[in-house]
Amino acid sequence: MASETTTPGSVTPNGAAPAVGAGAGAGGGHQIAGVRVPTRSAGSELRAIKVVWKRELIRFSRDRLRILTSLMQPFLFLFVLGTGLSRLASAGTHGVNLRTFVYPGVLCMAVMFTAMFSAASLVWDREFGFLREMMVAPVRRSSLVLGKCFGGATVAGFQGVIVLCLAGLVGVPYSAILIIEVFALQLLLAFAITAFGVMVAARITQMQSFMALMQMAIMPMYFLSGALFPVSGLPQWLEILNRLDPLTYAVDPMRRAVFAHLHISDAARKALDPGVTWWSWHVPGLIEAAVVALLGLTMLAIAIVEFSRAE
Amino acid sequence: MSQPSPPISSPAPAVSVNGLVKRYDEVEAVRGIEFEVQSGEIFGFLGPNGAGKSTTINMLCTLVRPSGGSALVAGHDVVSERDEVRRNIGLVFQDTTLDGYLTAEQNLRLHAELYGVPRELVGERMRQVMEMVSLWDRKDSLVNTFSGGMKRRLEIARGLLHSPRVLFLDEPTVGLDPQTRSSIWSYIRELKGREDITIFLTTHYMDEAEYCDRIAIMDQGQIIVLDTPEALKAKVGRDRVQIQTDDDQAAIEALRERFEIEATVAEGMVTFGVPEGEQFVPRLFSELGQRIRSVSVSRPSLDDVFMSYTGSTIRDAESSQTDNRRNFAKMMSR
Repeated sequence: MASETTTPGSVTPNGAAPAVGAGAGAGGGHQIAGVRVPTRSAGSELRAIKVVWKRELIRFSRDRLRILTSLMQPFLFLFVLGTGLSRLASAGTHGVNLRTFVYPGVLCMAVMFTAMFSAASLVWDREFGFLREMMVAPVRRSSLVLGKCFGGATVAGFQGVIVLCLAGLVGVPYSAILIIEVFALQLLLAFAITAFGVMVAARITQMQSFMALMQMAIMPMYFLSGALFPVSGLPQWLEILNRLDPLTYAVDPMRRAVFAHLHISDAARKALDPGVTWWSWHVPGLIEAAVVALLGLTMLAIAIVEFSRAE
Repeated sequence: MSQPSPPISSPAPAVSVNGLVKRYDEVEAVRGIEFEVQSGEIFGFLGPNGAGKSTTINMLCTLVRPSGGSALVAGHDVVSERDEVRRNIGLVFQDTTLDGYLTAEQNLRLHAELYGVPRELVGERMRQVMEMVSLWDRKDSLVNTFSGGMKRRLEIARGLLHSPRVLFLDEPTVGLDPQTRSSIWSYIRELKGREDITIFLTTHYMDEAEYCDRIAIMDQGQIIVLDTPEALKAKVGRDRVQIQTDDDQAAIEALRERFEIEATVAEGMVTFGVPEGEQFVPRLFSELGQRIRSVSVSRPSLDDVFMSYTGSTIRDAESSQTDNRRNFAKMMSR
């Protein structure tokens, strides 16, 4: 797995020279006295980030139940809600299946819950004491937080891929560009949600409170985001809330990416994929993604500060 | 005033504490303590729960910031050189800090990565420490399947993985059965012979304190006395006599009047010290004038040391108010 391993003494200043006089130069100075731990370096921080990330993957792979349960909700929305409501909504969707319409939102949802649970494990770690093992290590707290957020994003991304594989079932073609676009957006969203969760977990020390708080944040965010309805022509109060909802800026580019690969009428496109506007200015997808990234980074920074302060 | 600098030949102390204070709002948990731990020592902190042992150890491990004073661990200041200190210490806490969903080996590998143990040495060192605590054959088991004693042993192995200069053990045997306790102690003593390491531990078990080279008795945030267990016991110089009577108050009165002995009630029995306990017992029976239901005489133990300095036995001190509060808080947080 580790590709950057270097054997001590095998690197010579001038490149190759696999000379016989191995010890000759006495250069490089990779001396090891016992198992003395070297002083902090960028390398040691990278190792810390990597191992925290890896732990997240190991734990996720062990927890099959979690893989299944966090797929529950996306499946319900996609197949039950999507199928059930499509009979009511067929008039308004210009012949587009409702399942296809909600699919981008479900792609977001698939990563949200897993990312949230990843962050929640931090609360368990505190309760079971493991957090202490990480907190007393001679590494920066930022490395621990980064590793955690990358880990959360990775396992959530994996979950997202499962839902991405279902594209064919809801009439979305498999195209390389689409898959890359969607997956990149999923990783971005997962990262932001994990950062949000880690930020909250820095303060909230009880699992019940954490879960309640996350539900309270995630559900309204999801409902307001336009995952389940087009974002144009809304009543003003809803439009304002929708534009303020950070999740809007993850769902909208996701829908644009998906709809760009659909063969539907212009009327349908206009009705179902109007795109987010700021005072009638169409916000480009890249800016929307940047909004999510910026928010994610801000929350990450707050999380790092909070964990650095904790004793 | 000015002290001559120590001779160069003597190695720097592993731990050096100067006027260390920790205040929590109104409460002064640690009230200006000083001591030094020599390199290679097994040094014990003895005292009832709530005496300030854990707070002190937490300050030395850079987990709690001192309110005053200073402390050097492995030659580094615990406040200004936090990472240096951390790199040079191993920690075993009262409560487990293992990840139960990882295997024993994965837990240790994670630790090696966090502490930056050189990669080419991880495998060998891991085998070494796990063999020491007899867990090498269980390296692939999930930690959740381990018993309490095995977890503690694994934590000790993990604490040693990066070859720390000082190993801190906060109540390493609390909550373990007697057999496991003794095996933990045999590891600790074996360690001293094997590695270039100083061991700093806290305990409230008197019998365990006997294994230490030196112990500091702590009560109510202060170090009351610090010496070798033998020297401490020699200082007491008296046997401990405990009697059960029908009327303890009357017995205490009688002891005061007839023998000029000050006795207290400890562990539910009238307790006092006399130079020659066994010779004293016959006199006690004939002259006390109170019915004695049972009597026991014991050589001075660290319990007596504790008692002679604090006026109560450690078990009685345990059930003091602070402790009750702690236990209550623990119960509520479950």
